[in-house]
Formats: sequence, C-alpha cells, structure tokens
Amino acid sequence: MVENRPWANFFAHLTLMVGVAVVVFPVYVALVASTQAPGDLLRGTLPMLPGAHGIENFTRMWQSGVSNAGAPPAGTMLWNSFIMAMAITVGKLSISLLSAFAIVYFRFRFRMFFFWLIFLTLMLPVEVRIIPTFQVVADLNMLNSFAGLSIPLIASATATFLFRQFFMTIPEEMLEAARVDGAGPLKFFKDILMPLSITNIAALFVIMFIYGWNQYLWPLLITTDPDYYTIVMGIQRMTSEENPQWHLIMAAVVMAALPPVLVILFMQRLFVKGLTETEK
Amino acid sequence: MQTKRMTFPGRFLPYALLAPQVIITLIFFIWPAGQALYQSLLREDAFGLRTTFVGLDNFARLFRDGNYLNSLSVTAVFAIGTTLLSMAVALLLACTVNRMIRSRSTYTTLLVWPYAIAPAIAGVLWWFIFNPSIGIVPYMLDMVGYQWNHRTSGADAMLLVIFAAAWKQISYNFLFFLAGLQSIPQSLIEAAAIDGASPMKRFWTIVFPLLSPTTFFLMVVNVVYAMFDTFGIIHATTQGGPAQATNTLVYKVYADGFVGLNLGSSAAQSVILMVIVVALTVVQFRFIERRVNY
Repeated sequence: MVENRPWANFFAHLTLMVGVAVVVFPVYVALVASTQAPGDLLRGTLPMLPGAHGIENFTRMWQSGVSNAGAPPAGTMLWNSFIMAMAITVGKLSISLLSAFAIVYFRFRFRMFFFWLIFLTLMLPVEVRIIPTFQVVADLNMLNSFAGLSIPLIASATATFLFRQFFMTIPEEMLEAARVDGAGPLKFFKDILMPLSITNIAALFVIMFIYGWNQYLWPLLITTDPDYYTIVMGIQRMTSEENPQWHLIMAAVVMAALPPVLVILFMQRLFVKGLTETEK
Repeated sequence: MQTKRMTFPGRFLPYALLAPQVIITLIFFIWPAGQALYQSLLREDAFGLRTTFVGLDNFARLFRDGNYLNSLSVTAVFAIGTTLLSMAVALLLACTVNRMIRSRSTYTTLLVWPYAIAPAIAGVLWWFIFNPSIGIVPYMLDMVGYQWNHRTSGADAMLLVIFAAAWKQISYNFLFFLAGLQSIPQSLIEAAAIDGASPMKRFWTIVFPLLSPTTFFLMVVNVVYAMFDTFGIIHATTQGGPAQATNTLVYKVYADGFVGLNLGSSAAQSVILMVIVVALTVVQFRFIERRVNY
C-alpha cells in the first residue's frame, strides 16, 4: 500500500489465495466427481484427485443422459440452452435498441407513457407473475417451444435504459450533421448510432447471454417434453431421484457451467463494463 | 426528463420502433400482472369448479397463516445472511486485491467467474459437498463431532442455501467493491498515512465511509437477488424443507400455486411480492439518483 510492509503483503496474498480456493473449491469437487467410476462416490469419502473415468462419463452423459431420471442426453439439453440463450440475447438487444432509439430521438404523443410502461417491467421479475404468465403462454400455445422459452423474457428494461443513457451522451451535432446531409432516421440509426454503440452492445451481450443460459424457473414451468429441457433445469431433475448418479450429474454440471464461464473469461473487460454500467 | 434538442420528424415510425417491446411488455408483463391482481381476490373450491370473489380475504388469511409468517422470517434470515456473508467476503477480497499491482488482474480473473454459474447449479454443487452420506464437508465435520444433516435439521438446511447463494454473489460484489475502491483518491489515503494512521484506521475512517454509496447499492441488489433469483437454489436442493425451514416467499408462491394449486393464495402472495419489489426498486432508484450528485 502506502508503506512497504512485507508481512502485510504476505498475508494479503495468503488471504487472496484462500479466497480463490474457497471460490474454486465446489467446482474442483465437481470436476473430481465427474471423473470417478459409478460406485466410487457412494463409498462415503470423496477422493481428492481426479479419477480416470472422465471421458467415459462425459460421453455417456452427452449421448444418452440419465433416461431413467427423465433427463435427455446432455447434448440435446446443451443445444436447447444455447438456442434459448442466443434467442433471448439477440431479442433483448434488438428490441431495446429500437425502443431506446424511438424514445430518445423522436417526440410523439404518449412518449412518457411508454417510457414508464417499460420502466414498470423492472419491477416485475418473472418470479412475481409465474402463474398468470404461464397461463398466457399456455393460451398462446407456446408451451414446449423455443418461442415460449425465449419471448416472454425478451422485454428488458435494463438494456433499454442503458441504451437510452448512452444515446443521450451522443452529441447533438451528429444528428444535425446527419439531417443536414439528408439522412433519414433509419439511415442515421444504421450508419451512425449502431457503430458508436458496439462496445455497449458487446458488453450487454455477455451479461444477457449468461442471464439467458442460466434461466431456471421459466424453462422448468413451461417444458414438459424432454426434447425441450435446458441443461440447467435438467440437472435438477437428475438430482431429484432416489439414487442420484453423482458422477454423471457432475459431468453435466461441468458441461452446463462451461459456456458461460468461457464467455466471461474471454470477454472479461467487456463483461465488467457491462455489469457496472447496467446497474446504475 | 431530458430530451434531445433536435429530433427526427415522424408520425408512425416511433410507434413502429417501440411496438415490439411494448407488445411483449403488454402481453407477458402487464396482462399477467393484472391477472395476478385479479386472481388474488378470488378463491376456487377444491376441484376448481367454482370461483368466488372474496375481496381481500386471501390477504387476511395469509397474514394469519403461521406458514406465511414463517416464510416471511425465513426470507428475511436468508436475505440478511446471504447479503452479509457475500458482501463481507467480497469487501475483504476487494481491499486485498486493491493493494496488489502486478497480480491484480490475475486475481480478478480468478475471482470473477462464479458469476457465470447458475444459482441452481451452485445449489447442486454445494448440496453435493454437504451431502450427509457422501459429501466431503460432513465427513470433516464428523471428525470434530458435528453430525451435519440438512435433511433433518432446519438450521443446517438454511446454512446450506445461504452458503450456495453467497458463494455465487461474491464475484458480483467483488467487482463493484473493486471499482468503488479504485475511485477513492489515493491522495486521501496518503495524507492519512502521513498523519500516522495505521491501515486499519485508514480503512475504517476513510475508505469505508467513502465506499458507502457502493455498499448501499450492493445491499439493495443483494437483497433483491436473495429474494428472487435464488428460487433455483432452493428448488434444486431443499425444496423449502425440512419442515418449512427454507420456504422463502418466492418458493412459497411456486409451491402453493403450481404444486398445491391454491391459485388465489398464490396470486395474493405474488401481489405482496410485487409490492416489496416496487418498494425496493424505488429505494434503489431514489438513492442511486442522489448518489450521482456526489
């Protein structure tokens, strides 16, 4: 810090390493467990080092799942999760961009009304309206479909607000220059606004992909057909049976956690930016 | 609210641009919320054949119901426990990382990634670690004489879900605390050091007060997280048990509505939750607005 205190430095590193260990511990246990043979885990003590059955467990989970527990192959579930996450992300981003553009760059009747309407959605997380939303989705025949999995989660106020804030910081001169040159609103949007927003879009992409991938309650409610299960809710089904096959469950856990973690690791700076800006 | 000085003319285009979001909002947010409000005033009989309008009776019943009051206290304990634990650990880690220069980004990378893990998966991981028969922690606890069993002990179950929820939030809080710490001017710290203040004293008299906007903001976010996003943890691990020990408000809405099929009561609980969210959001926005003026 300000002074040179070697002991304090030592303890600081120690604390951090303990912190990292605590944070990493559960996932390390999952990795170890996913590489054990079926019977090893039931003995009562967990081995601390990875075993030799990793490839076998992962391929088995990928291809055939745990069908007696009602979980389809992990490959299917991962693919469903991916489609859902991408649909939610792309949907949220495009809708919010359009809405923010409309609210900032146009003056029209009911503008403030629509703004507050969108704001209202911040206060209605899905957990607060599960049964009525389920009824609406069922009435629209959207159960057990990718549309039903993603569309109800697409209208997002946070993204709209972020883009609105960002658009407000764009200098007026841009718009004036564009209009002087005869550009209409859509051209302005496509050629000026979008390129300027790329960093924000990328940052939000990370956050929303993780949000979409990790959806749990909603897929749980509206999918009864195993072909539409997503990986995060599928794991829960496997743990709820009599004798859970932990080595397979842990293999699924590792596979389920991997894509979002990779996204975060590769886009860490964008992720941090997106996180600290959306919440304000 | 500010507006741009210059805007585009257009009669239909703005409405067309807004239409997707507004339509989805109306269909999937506003309409169901209205339905929930309406259903909370009804009661169905056991077979779902007849619904009667009962006014606020569902709400009155809830507040007389021991299970609901238990749910309120369970949620409070869970929210406070998770918030305190994850914020304290995150603050400690953030302050420590803030001292580092060369290894800062490495440690940050190593601490940030649990954010990507779904709450339900975090729950399953910790459930596995704490599994009474094959988990590693009960094995170690047994060596010091404590029999851990979250299937029979309500306190153990509550500790389990608190650990799982807090573990996941540490990285989020860590990022915000780190950002907050880095915005504190170094000159203040150095001035205090020149005046002879020890690191601990510097922390409590300068750093912590200057960090209070971040701390307050994180408290609200953590409470909202603990109340709503943790459905997955509870459903994947304890399912509200044993004996209602981890039956939080959000889980109770699901259990009473989807499993117990008591739609009126579940809708009333949803309405109460809505009121709580609105209150928390208002608090968050009003205090964040003030924060921007510092």
